[in-house]
Amino acid sequence: MSKDAILGAIRRGLKRGKLPADQAAMLDGRLATHPRHLIPARSRIPRAEQIALFIRNVEKEFGTVERIPDLSAVPAAVTDYLAAHNLPPRIVVAPHPELQGIDWSSRPMLERETRRAQDGDLTSVQHAWAGVAETGTLFFPSDPARPATLNLLPDNEIIVLRASAILGAYEEAWDRLRAERKDPLSGGFMPRNLMLVTGPSRSADIEQTLELGAHGPRRLHVLLVEDEPAPRHGSPAEHRAEAGVQPGEPAPPGD
Amino acid sequence: MVQVTSPAFKQNAHRALQDAGLQKALGKAKGAFLQRRAAAVAALPEFERLRDIGRDIKNHTLANLDHYLEVYAANVEKAGGKVHWCSTAEDARRAVLQICRNAGAKTVTKGKSMISEEIGVNDYLEAQGITPVETDLGEYIIQLRKEHPSHIIAPAFHLNREDWEADFRRAHTDLDPNRIFHERRDILTEARSRLRQKFLAADVGITGANFLIAETGSSVIVTNEGNGDLTQTLPRVHIVLASIEKMVPTLEDATNMLRLLARSATGQDFSVYTTFSTGIRREGDLDGPEEYHVILLDNGRSNMIGTEFQEMLRCIRCAACMNHCPVYGAVGGHAYGWVYPGPMGSVLTPSLVGVEKTGHLPNASTFCGKCESVCPVKIPLPKLMRHWREREFERHLTPATIRTNLGLWAWFAKRPSAYRLATRLGIGALSLLARAPWKKNRGAFRRLPLAGGWTQGRDLPAPEPGGTFMARYAKARRQRRT
Amino acid sequence: MHQTRPRVALFVTCLVDLYRPSVGFAAIRLLEAAGCLVEVPAAQTCCGQPAYNSGDRATARDLARRVIDTFLHYDYVVVPSGSCGGQIAHHYPGLFEDDPEYRARAETLAGKTHELVSFLADVIGTAEVTARYEGMVTYHDSCSGLRELGIKAQPRRLLAAVDGLVLKEMEDAEVCCGFGGTFCVKYPDISVRMVSDKVQNIQATGADTLLAGDLGCLLNMAGRLHREGAPVKVRHVAEVLAGMTEEVAPIGEAPAGNGAKA
Repeated sequence: MSKDAILGAIRRGLKRGKLPADQAAMLDGRLATHPRHLIPARSRIPRAEQIALFIRNVEKEFGTVERIPDLSAVPAAVTDYLAAHNLPPRIVVAPHPELQGIDWSSRPMLERETRRAQDGDLTSVQHAWAGVAETGTLFFPSDPARPATLNLLPDNEIIVLRASAILGAYEEAWDRLRAERKDPLSGGFMPRNLMLVTGPSRSADIEQTLELGAHGPRRLHVLLVEDEPAPRHGSPAEHRAEAGVQPGEPAPPGD
Repeated sequence: MVQVTSPAFKQNAHRALQDAGLQKALGKAKGAFLQRRAAAVAALPEFERLRDIGRDIKNHTLANLDHYLEVYAANVEKAGGKVHWCSTAEDARRAVLQICRNAGAKTVTKGKSMISEEIGVNDYLEAQGITPVETDLGEYIIQLRKEHPSHIIAPAFHLNREDWEADFRRAHTDLDPNRIFHERRDILTEARSRLRQKFLAADVGITGANFLIAETGSSVIVTNEGNGDLTQTLPRVHIVLASIEKMVPTLEDATNMLRLLARSATGQDFSVYTTFSTGIRREGDLDGPEEYHVILLDNGRSNMIGTEFQEMLRCIRCAACMNHCPVYGAVGGHAYGWVYPGPMGSVLTPSLVGVEKTGHLPNASTFCGKCESVCPVKIPLPKLMRHWREREFERHLTPATIRTNLGLWAWFAKRPSAYRLATRLGIGALSLLARAPWKKNRGAFRRLPLAGGWTQGRDLPAPEPGGTFMARYAKARRQRRT
Repeated sequence: MHQTRPRVALFVTCLVDLYRPSVGFAAIRLLEAAGCLVEVPAAQTCCGQPAYNSGDRATARDLARRVIDTFLHYDYVVVPSGSCGGQIAHHYPGLFEDDPEYRARAETLAGKTHELVSFLADVIGTAEVTARYEGMVTYHDSCSGLRELGIKAQPRRLLAAVDGLVLKEMEDAEVCCGFGGTFCVKYPDISVRMVSDKVQNIQATGADTLLAGDLGCLLNMAGRLHREGAPVKVRHVAEVLAGMTEEVAPIGEAPAGNGAKA
């Protein structure tokens, strides 16, 4: 059988048999403790700067960011964005409780559907689980409330992200994921699909020259909900950031 | 399997150097990757240390690969996926076909995968009546042209905008002849709308994997276009093609590799889509595949473990080595004659298809060392190419003239006085020849018997008159003493 | 400067021995000016790199043993080539993985072996040279010297001390010239293409002189410059640093008054 053949060949190359139990246990220990490696200093900065870094990095990668005071400002921001880009007032919204809780009645002309994306959808409104400042990367773990197709099929993706969900480095997101999620099927913490998105879709396959909007969205717009009080000098969050200790950053509600 | 044309490397290279279109494309592409990588690396002061860590992670994984593969496979299965262990390309092709047949598949969309090229799965499926559609833009045009990629992350590295337009007009037969393709944007729009329909119609999606994660049983793809994500999200069945050395133990290990990958490859800090797939659609999910299969391919890699070529298995396929290689930059990827071009290919290809057919590849290097200096996992590529030359020498695959000349020269080099005499005579003769009355320039030769390799494109400078250094030095010492 | 004069063995290299003895004499002049006692062991031939890079490990080891035995007892071994210097300082120890005695000797030798210009700049601490050179030069970084031995700033620092000399950097100074030992005759098409690119960059600087620290690369670039009829003088960096440019014609050119230019 191929499995035995492959494992056997590897072991022959390594000049040993199957690992003895104690060594296997050591490796399993490494898997269980998943030690962190070097985390670049660029994201080990005070809280306010982390958020600024996130915004800078999204913009560097051709995304756009708009800061809004709270979720109730989403309808106006979405409508204005669509108008500014000459897009029809029609959106597909993720069935996420935070987005479903929004009162859209102030914008009666905005057509909304709540579902996964389909071909022909022009604009989606999606919920981001976290943002990572290090590279301006958005995290989208798939679940019934956050279909992956909303990140892929529409030409324009509008993303609602709480400022409190911005983390410094990817490692903080892994710890949050491990702490928060329990997958009903595998018993682990990984969802079926976890997309890390950094800017709108692009390709450089034609003459190694960048063009936006290859197969996924041409535009990526982040509505950043300022749900975090502006950190005062010497706030605990700031100290944590400076000390490089990150697990358990304020967890956003509703996930 | 892709035809191996590496034995004709010299002819391939010669043709490539004469190909004006190819040279234009290579010239345009050359600077872009280099500048972007340099800028991305300069912006991350920790990059050097991340390289060391990346090397160590991969070494640790390879030293325990059997264990991590088993943990990985168990975790895939917990998430409702299935792992198909495949020793050979043929095993892998059959496994893919069986999954497609079970799914009743007519069309299959594909994300970019070099393993797919390695096992030649497209031709195989097509012969069985299943239509594979490449969806990465570069791979798509390559498929239209019935070619193979010339670069591992930029398959259409060798093409110009005019080629794209011509191929689209030829292949998209319903295309309005008045459609304008002045801009790259126009080409992109055409490809996007064509491929969108293919994504929606496909029964099975096949992607590669940049990493496999033992801790979670996840496969990771890294793309910029989003085609890989559409490929693995829309069809009912997702097949991952991955070779065994894609393994890393944990998310933290993968994170370190990801910090290296995009910077080394495209010079981005992070690619647009880095997607972790773990098993099948969960209850209540509105999208995602109902079947998740991993084709876990060996195809000669396990034989590299424990040999001097094991270090090659650290490779994360970023293409920095070929982007920076002056030989690749001169002849492009097709000249190398198989799936993997450039320095990484010059080490890996002999390992996977045998050095008998591919002996040119490790020899076609000046050992300038640029590849090793940019490799994110510090693979000593020149050293490994030298090891292939050693294997060739041991097995008498080195051309006879080279062996004879080398042997003759070594005989003298081991006998200093014979060496002195022979070199004095040889250089004396050459100097005399340089001063021959019919020569216009006495400082150099335009042609010289037995030196055609040198003089076909450059003059051969004549030796400095007055004899060898050792002769002149000895004479000066004698004069000083008397 | 050392209290007692260090005993330095010059490893001449085959190409300097056969093709450009002036480089050897320039090296002696520079080393002596730096206070070294220079010797040229008569038993030397070749470092073995051609065998090593052709896959003939046995011959490479034989020749390495000879070099080790001949040179081990000096304070330093200095080589006017980054390529041959790299072979001894970088590759020798790896040739004796299964021979602890020679492995140790190879490591000792590696530790005391230096390329000429980096020896002067880094080990001796030479900051001044007395040479004069009227001209605009450009400098090619040879691969082994650059990437195996870290030679980049040293030649530029010393050249800056040469009266009258102006250094103009070329584009892609660190890109290989296409020599590569036997590569240049095994794959002449590719090699010529690489050296043509290099020559284009050299000419684009407008410099009248090309310098480098490795004779193989210099012969290759001089050969191509000549073939293209480019009026660029080609010299080993040691000739300029030692102020010997009046004594010997540039590489590939006939000695003055001894033949017409092509």
